[in-house]
Amino acid sequence: MIFRLAIASLFARAITVGMTILAIALSVALFLGVEKVRTGAKDSFADTISGTDIIVGARSGSVQLLLYSVFRIGNATNNITWESYQDITERPEVEWIVPISLGDSHRQFRVMGTSVEFFQHYKYRQGRALELADGIIMSDLFDAVIGADVATTLGYSTGDPIIVAHGLASFTEHEDQPFRISGVLEKTGTPVDRTVIVSMEAIEAIHVDWKSGAKIPGQTTPVDQIRQMELTPKALTAALIGVENPLRTFALQRAINEYSQEPLLAILPGVALQELWGIVGIAETALLAVSTMVVVTALIGLMATIFSSLNERRREMAIFRAMGARPATILGLLVLESILIALMGAALGMVLLYVTLVIAQPMVDQAYGLWLPIDAPSWREVRVGLAVVAASAIVSLIPALRAYRMSLEDGMTVRT
Amino acid sequence: MLLGESGSGKSTLLSMICGTVLVEDGSVEVAGQDLSKLSAGQRDRLRAEQIGVIFQQFNLLPFGTVLDNVLLPLNFAPQRKSRVGDGRAVAAKLCTDLGLPPGVMFARARDLSVGQQQRVAVARALIGTPRLIVADEPTSALDAQSQALFLQQLFDQAAINKTSVLMVSHDERLGDQFDRVVRMEDITDDNRVAA
Repeated sequence: MIFRLAIASLFARAITVGMTILAIALSVALFLGVEKVRTGAKDSFADTISGTDIIVGARSGSVQLLLYSVFRIGNATNNITWESYQDITERPEVEWIVPISLGDSHRQFRVMGTSVEFFQHYKYRQGRALELADGIIMSDLFDAVIGADVATTLGYSTGDPIIVAHGLASFTEHEDQPFRISGVLEKTGTPVDRTVIVSMEAIEAIHVDWKSGAKIPGQTTPVDQIRQMELTPKALTAALIGVENPLRTFALQRAINEYSQEPLLAILPGVALQELWGIVGIAETALLAVSTMVVVTALIGLMATIFSSLNERRREMAIFRAMGARPATILGLLVLESILIALMGAALGMVLLYVTLVIAQPMVDQAYGLWLPIDAPSWREVRVGLAVVAASAIVSLIPALRAYRMSLEDGMTVRT
Repeated sequence: MLLGESGSGKSTLLSMICGTVLVEDGSVEVAGQDLSKLSAGQRDRLRAEQIGVIFQQFNLLPFGTVLDNVLLPLNFAPQRKSRVGDGRAVAAKLCTDLGLPPGVMFARARDLSVGQQQRVAVARALIGTPRLIVADEPTSALDAQSQALFLQQLFDQAAINKTSVLMVSHDERLGDQFDRVVRMEDITDDNRVAA
């Protein structure tokens, strides 16, 4: 019955208590939301590449190579020559190798030149392969396969023509060599969704009339003539490698890093990813600290609410004391109220978080390519909720001890 | 009845009897127990088990129902609770005997009239048959007719329960209705005041 009276007492102060619950709910939702985004981003990054043992690019930083080759963030400082690529291909440790050529774009999406083996060997989210939602992979020189986000954002479907722009922020288009969409990929939650994939030869073909990054004035080679030309690439941006024997991974990495004809860099994706987490770790910690402070602020608000209610509740305490309640019971009642407020706040915070996730998930995915999974609350999230409840019980001890002293002083004398 | 002017220490004396204020000198015995020899917890338990309190303003929990308010003392008094048995039924009977309409049991205390609140306060003090009812000027806000009715109901129920009533008042006219009247100004250091 005391429990029921505590709830009734809370309802009697519905507006103040409601505001406190809302403050706790928002802080819990923010804290868990930051956690969701943090873990979602980590998982999303980690899930982007799977089954690739080594990534090779021009010598730069390992994180930079990982970012531009896998995540399409930033640019390569240099290319790899086709000859070096061939040398690596012929090494006995190499089971498969997929070239990647980046540099052009279509609207806001990157265009990536590669071989058809990319569709066979590129794996994401613990070994899942790319699948076509519609159409086929490139069979013609000017065929393009587009990611799910490209199709959704631009309203493209199989058979539609697209024109690739030169570079990433250029107004010059390769309008003389239009592509045709041969296939649309299923959604993967990786940067592939925001990529237009063409063949390495196609990249070469659209640059036939270009030299040193600029179009040769007055030169327009007919498409039919281009089709007859030798289109072996001269250079590529990076290559994804699968090794024959995992034990030979480090040997291959060392061999590539010590390659004498050209300065190359071979990285292990997992190691580079760890390096990346190390870099963003400080920002992560800062973000976590800020959201923790928001929770602490909400708990201080709870404490202030209880403090401010003490005077107006002296009558209530005197009644309890007159009925035989011990001062410790008064203390317990206030702590119980705080626990109830925090429980309701934490539960509402969870609801707010999941409602926000349902609404924001497609928008975040669309805007940032970040897939935030909507799973049942994890044990970690439940623990956060419980920690908030425990912390509320601790902070409420301060006003509760004041109430304890007041009830000792007042006894059953009603002071209002 | 305990008679005295305002500021004469009537309420303090009641608090001493109820065990929430300790005497610095002398002793207070309630139901045969010297309160100064009891721990704070034992005094709280004694108050819960043996004493029913009626405040000047009735002081119900406004957010609780009539039933919640009447049953409130039983939360702190296990023996009183076991004496009651079916608390809801006993509370309902007490309220009916005190003239409360049957449908009022689940109404919030804040929604009751003053007269109804007064009866609920009496029912709360009487439930579980405590040995003593302590009433701190419960009739001060009532007109003469309501005072008489209130006291009649209180005495009737106290008689049924064999409960003593110690009432504080500054209205000498009420003294006729009590077996014994003690004036605060008559209490001296040598007096032994027995209720």
